[in-house]
Amino acid sequence: MKEATLRVFRGDSSGGQTVDYRVPVAPGMVVLDALHYIQGHLAPDLAVRWNCKAGKCGSCSAEVNGRPRLTCKTRMDDLPQDQPITVLPMKSFPRIKDLVTDVSWNYRVNRKIPPFEPRKGVEWKISQLDVDRVQEFRKCIECFLCQNVCHVLREHDKKEQFAGPRFFVRVAGLEMHPLDGLNRAGLLKDQLGLGYCNITKCCTEVCPEEIQITDNAIIPLKERVVDEFYDPLTMLFRKIRGG
Amino acid sequence: MTANYETREHDVLIIGAGGAGLRAAIEALAQGASVGVVCKSLLGKAHTVMAEGGIAAAMANVDAADSWKTHFRDTMRGGKFLNNWRMAQLHAQESPDRVRELEQWGALFDRTESGDILQRAFGGHTFKRLCHVGDRTGLEMIRTLQDRGVQQGIDVYMECTVTRLLMDGGRVAGAFAYWRESGRFIVFKAKSIVIATGGIGKAWRVTSNSWEYTGDGMALAYEVGAELMDMEFVQFHPTGMVWPPGVQGILVTEAVRGEGGILRNKAGERFMEKYDPKRMELSTRDVVARSIYTEVKEGRGTEHGGAYLDISHKPAEYVKKKLPSMYHQFKELADVDITKGPMEVGPTCHYMMGGIRVDAETAQSTVPGLFAAGEAAAGLHGANRLGGNSLSDLLVFGRRAGLAAAQHAKRSSTPSIDNAQIEQAEKELLAPFSNSGSESPYAVHRDLQEVMQNLVGIFRTDEDLKKALAELVKLKSRVAKVSVEGSRLFNPGWHLSFDLKAMLTVSEAVTYSALARTESRGAHSRIDHPSVDSAWEKKRNVIVRESGGMSRREVPIEPMPKELQEILDEDKV
Repeated sequence: MKEATLRVFRGDSSGGQTVDYRVPVAPGMVVLDALHYIQGHLAPDLAVRWNCKAGKCGSCSAEVNGRPRLTCKTRMDDLPQDQPITVLPMKSFPRIKDLVTDVSWNYRVNRKIPPFEPRKGVEWKISQLDVDRVQEFRKCIECFLCQNVCHVLREHDKKEQFAGPRFFVRVAGLEMHPLDGLNRAGLLKDQLGLGYCNITKCCTEVCPEEIQITDNAIIPLKERVVDEFYDPLTMLFRKIRGG
Repeated sequence: MTANYETREHDVLIIGAGGAGLRAAIEALAQGASVGVVCKSLLGKAHTVMAEGGIAAAMANVDAADSWKTHFRDTMRGGKFLNNWRMAQLHAQESPDRVRELEQWGALFDRTESGDILQRAFGGHTFKRLCHVGDRTGLEMIRTLQDRGVQQGIDVYMECTVTRLLMDGGRVAGAFAYWRESGRFIVFKAKSIVIATGGIGKAWRVTSNSWEYTGDGMALAYEVGAELMDMEFVQFHPTGMVWPPGVQGILVTEAVRGEGGILRNKAGERFMEKYDPKRMELSTRDVVARSIYTEVKEGRGTEHGGAYLDISHKPAEYVKKKLPSMYHQFKELADVDITKGPMEVGPTCHYMMGGIRVDAETAQSTVPGLFAAGEAAAGLHGANRLGGNSLSDLLVFGRRAGLAAAQHAKRSSTPSIDNAQIEQAEKELLAPFSNSGSESPYAVHRDLQEVMQNLVGIFRTDEDLKKALAELVKLKSRVAKVSVEGSRLFNPGWHLSFDLKAMLTVSEAVTYSALARTESRGAHSRIDHPSVDSAWEKKRNVIVRESGGMSRREVPIEPMPKELQEILDEDKV
């Protein structure tokens, strides 16, 4: 049987290094299979998160050969086999152990976002067209790869000021819900730090669900914030009304 | 000496954060209880997220003739009349409200032309009944519930594993757990506990289940004296992926057949004509799984030992729209374009009909203060579950469990927990670190999976089941010698050494029950007893822990009230 070398980060918050493991390669094998092989035969304490193994739960995120990916959807035969395959934890989150990082910050950010609230007296009829329009945002599996790759978080660590692409996708899914009655523009501007995004589209590039995060979520939300707060006519109006 | 654990107190503690656990939490909170939810993974990663096809509810949006009565009848028929009829009734009556509620909390479903929730056909359902959104209904459901729950104020303990329930005399008093991240201990005090931990599929080699599905919740309940029932009824979903090896067992949604997918063997024959000419591909799961298995066994299987499932006669855009995740799953993992050619599929261990025996109205187990809902509980599905009835089960009985657990907490005084139980739990959990044995938990797990796969699978015999019991005894002695490497920090090998005990408990319960049931009914097929035995219509297997070990009893099934019996008789089709 063919073999591959996996170069996996081993360590915790205090530090660590990569360790090489030789793994037999079966047809159609994915990187997560290889990690499971390591757990089962070579390093039983190797920490890896996973659940569905089918790209539906977003648990097994890591950086494979430098690229943020779901390991359950990364085929071994898509990677060069003549050199070690490096598997590192997501860089933007504090390390816990091996490939497991502390993503709890994401859950704290999520709490800032008020959930769906129906408009008063709404009739529960929706057209399929309206459902289709928001579908894209609602298929996010919370793998946090977009958060990991976003330079506002990765390079500048603006976790206090900036919610990150995942949560703009969530807000877009709520704001464009056909029956939602809330306005989250102020939240986007003041608490979620939408302005920090300078649309480099790194998030869109790594999204395993192929959500057009920048074009379809972030830019329309930016427009919404502009309309709400920076539209000259509205600003003038506000001034006159003293609002 | 200061305790080497932290303590948290809640009125209601919920173990498991899938659909049932979250729905229970939302309800208990609405009743004014303080609620803690403990889950082994991150929030939102529970098995519910993988549910694809839809939620069964007789809303009659597509087929106006649908009603709770037909849904009740379909469920009972699918379950070969072994269902707890009161649960089947409540489920059929309440699921439309539970779906509407989900919509009011922000879930978005696909729509009919007139703007109502769209419903699709599924196996065993007389009418188009499954509310869905493409093939990612579970994701929509769990996000809706988790956001609702968190906003309402539930406390979530993520990546925290309960290893033992703590008792105050005969009633539950709390739970002993550990944080996976740090390996530190945590003791929960609670007046009511809801088990919503899902199923047991990880005891089999080919399964659609994630690592979490080890039967731990059932084992926790069993250890403190709760009864398990119907444990012989394990659902093998007819369509799991079979190739490549790494993806073997991953689910291929029944929605493929619901949307018109056709099953064929190697020779191109549409073999369901032989097994169920009336319902064909939309027959119940037990029948379709056995049919595929038989085709393969008799040499008519595909190259990799499965059957072909083909939806490529439908327009490509339609397939991509209605089955987007299937399209991607096959394209990315198996190099198959399902809009152009067939998938290869075969049975995969998918769902546990059996579980903790509960009261239909309150979801309370036979232990006071201990409740169970969802897959961990038994009763609703009888001998075979219909597709789509699981998500509705989670909502209907999750809510009922949360309600009853909160009411129970209101009536109860604060329990006390003696230290001896906690010390015992600590000792048990840490044992693998000091074991000198050289057993790897992974090796024992692989061997357990082989035993269950080969001897307690779709078709069973007296001989195989007895052999399995003997093997399980051997495995038990190996589990006692399992040792783990490394530290307590996020250590999967350590976790598995605990999981193994639960898997062995439920595996033993399944095997005992399967051995006793000398007939074939629903998901339980005995080659040596191929037909239905009417004596087994009136009773069911119950498993309970006694001082000498596992014990099995047969308990009578209560007769159905006349008005429900009439519903079943109405239509003899």
